[in-house]
Amino acid sequence: MAKFRKKKSGGQQAINTSSLPDIVFMLLFFFMVSTTMKEVDLMVNIAPAQATELSKLEKKELVTFIYVGVPTGKYRSLYGSEPRIQLNDQFATVDDIQSYIAQARDAMKESDQPKMTTSIKADKDCPMGVITEIKQALRKAAALKINYSASEKAEVK
Amino acid sequence: MGKREVQEVNAGSMADIAFLLLIFFLVTTTMDTDTGLARLLPPMQEDQPDDTPPIKERNVFTVLVNSNNQLLVEGKPMSMEELTEATKEFIENPLDKDNLPEKKEAEVPFFGVQMITKGVISLQTDNGTQYQTYLMVQNELQRAINELRQDLAKRKFGKDYDDLEKEEQDAIRTIIPQKISEAEPKNIGGK
Repeated sequence: MAKFRKKKSGGQQAINTSSLPDIVFMLLFFFMVSTTMKEVDLMVNIAPAQATELSKLEKKELVTFIYVGVPTGKYRSLYGSEPRIQLNDQFATVDDIQSYIAQARDAMKESDQPKMTTSIKADKDCPMGVITEIKQALRKAAALKINYSASEKAEVK
Repeated sequence: MGKREVQEVNAGSMADIAFLLLIFFLVTTTMDTDTGLARLLPPMQEDQPDDTPPIKERNVFTVLVNSNNQLLVEGKPMSMEELTEATKEFIENPLDKDNLPEKKEAEVPFFGVQMITKGVISLQTDNGTQYQTYLMVQNELQRAINELRQDLAKRKFGKDYDDLEKEEQDAIRTIIPQKISEAEPKNIGGK
């Protein structure tokens, strides 16, 4: 390669290669800015439920997540195979939700607190008993804006 | 100028490093936008006397779901496909039937005096109901409301509901309200 270049005008080709990292860095920065890191490791299996009339969840910083599902393989021996609630990085019970919401609310800016949304990410095979309990806990914690997480269904009806 | 060759080599490896970083970020990051059905829970009422006037039977659209994921709508078994149409008929009550909700007159901006339905959708699930079924019911109810709003927007403004101004959307929302009430869970059908 080097020999080949020397014979032709070396200057121009040198410029070509040196601009390549810039382009790649530009791409790199684009991806770094536009993507978000996965914040929590899921310890429960969640196969999202499907729906068609979806609305998008804007502004990640306003959203608090509650995960519900059957514990994944390595946790199953410890926590059983009944659907469990995961808050942040640990398993929790319904009673923990109130303090969790309060904590999440305190971490927000005061102007954002009324806009706080709680997203319930539950497995589609989850029984409603758990969900209803969570909803009651959220009502007690006065976190009334909720969002049932679901993915787009391909075909309608 | 004699250094040019050395610089070439440096720049070349730079791209590799940048690519490596790029690939790392591509793999480790997720670009998912979360979607879902937005709902508002009713505030918790602590031991308040329940002095709200009872709602008439004809104004309530009862949807029950049992632990076998079967629907019972207004006392009749129904499949998920029929639910949207039934909901639309309930909200609109186009023929002013006796068994469908009453309407009351109200002044709405852009529309003038309108007949607004007093209907409320009541959704009740069993503890054993599958979450997917519950979401599908919510979804069908939402679709009925969305379609009615869309129809009205097309008729009145000739535009999609989503493209309307905020005041126009508010007016449509007043005429076609989204009133879904969820009762406390019961054990229907046993488990």
